[in-house]
Amino acid sequence: MGPKKRVSIRINGVNYLHEVEPRLLLIHYLRDVVGLTGSHIGCETSVCGACTVMLDGAAVKSCTVLAVQADGAEVLTIEGLAQGEDLHPLQEGFWECHGLQCGYCTPGMILSAYQLLLRRPDPTEEEIRRAVDGNLCRCTGYQHIVDAVQYAARKMKK
Amino acid sequence: MIPAPFDHITPVTLDEAIRALTSHGEEAKLLAGGHSLLPLMKLRLASPKLLIDLSKIPGLAGIRQEGDKMTVGALTTHYQIESSELLKEKCPLLPQTARVIGDVQVRNRGTIGGSLAHADPAADLAAAMLALGAELRVRGAQGERWLKAEEFFLDLMTTALSPSEILTEIRVPVLSGRCGTAYLKLPQKASGFALVGVAVWLRADGGLCADIGVGVTGLGAKPFRAVRVERHLRRKRLEPALIETASAEVTLRIEPLGDIHASAEFRAHLARLYTYRAIVEAARTAGISLTKAKGK
Repeated sequence: MGPKKRVSIRINGVNYLHEVEPRLLLIHYLRDVVGLTGSHIGCETSVCGACTVMLDGAAVKSCTVLAVQADGAEVLTIEGLAQGEDLHPLQEGFWECHGLQCGYCTPGMILSAYQLLLRRPDPTEEEIRRAVDGNLCRCTGYQHIVDAVQYAARKMKK
Repeated sequence: MIPAPFDHITPVTLDEAIRALTSHGEEAKLLAGGHSLLPLMKLRLASPKLLIDLSKIPGLAGIRQEGDKMTVGALTTHYQIESSELLKEKCPLLPQTARVIGDVQVRNRGTIGGSLAHADPAADLAAAMLALGAELRVRGAQGERWLKAEEFFLDLMTTALSPSEILTEIRVPVLSGRCGTAYLKLPQKASGFALVGVAVWLRADGGLCADIGVGVTGLGAKPFRAVRVERHLRRKRLEPALIETASAEVTLRIEPLGDIHASAEFRAHLARLYTYRAIVEAARTAGISLTKAKGK
């Protein structure tokens, strides 16, 4: 076992301080150490995107980031999107437009869409499809996901 | 999918990183964005005892112009390259290539230096480096040296970097005059890696191809510069038939890779086809009008 390292990570606005093994992946840190199980583990090989979170404003696959690499950083997970009882427009869009069936890919899908709307508040359909290129969904056929992101973009413009 | 145990350090200067690399030798690996190294470590194909994380060293990321050259720091991410207005204007082949790497999340973390030093035989940016005749700045205990992209890639995942050297920046020319560029690839459907990718820049002089660079990835054990194709087209009037003959030379003296995704024969076919298409596209963006060849 390698020597443990101290990490200080701000997650959804809350500061956490832990001693972790350098080999601990960010997704395992979030789920097993911090207890935030909203981010899912799918393929664990940086393909499926289920573990996508925001790391200092950039969507990343947290199965391919070490917790020690997030030291000093700010992380946003699906748990940090809603404001109290009010869903984020993206969460509302996925609800209203049936952007999910089984829901396994949804947290990652929403954070990739969140990244897109930060960079392109008014995306075209092609831009939306390109933005979720790194997120696999085996239920919806993606069309309702595109609708959900368009819903959110419209709502956030108002 | 958990890597073997290792230690992790975050030097804050390049000298400190080089010292750590020198004293640990082959046991240590440099960590940039981690998007080539960490997947290998999770599969236990690589089990370094020490990761030297370069992310806290200032000055290793960024894009700037220095006279007629563009300088890109080794820790610059694919997304930073893809979205750089300066590069889109001065050397568009780089953003054109970076934007088709992996997916958004990969481009947010993956770095140009990490990708080049890893030397995957199907890495996209390697093709652009070779086409542009990029120069790579390397720092080690013995000081600094510059390597040409052509000298850098030696074999499958093998570069000219010595075990204690760090790739710090990449220099490419500012493309001035009537230049056209293109990067075309056929991605493997699941991974996005290029079965074959071809990067081209060319300078037009009327209907003539005044100069041209062609870089190829995915075809052989290492990405390479298609010198024969370039020689065939330099100072020539570009016509579809001539481009087709030139493109056929891309596979000469190359042993194409074959795997479950594409046979060697299919890769060779793709290389000829994508070389043709990339040259045609680069010619088009340079403002050279070509009559359409049959069946392309």
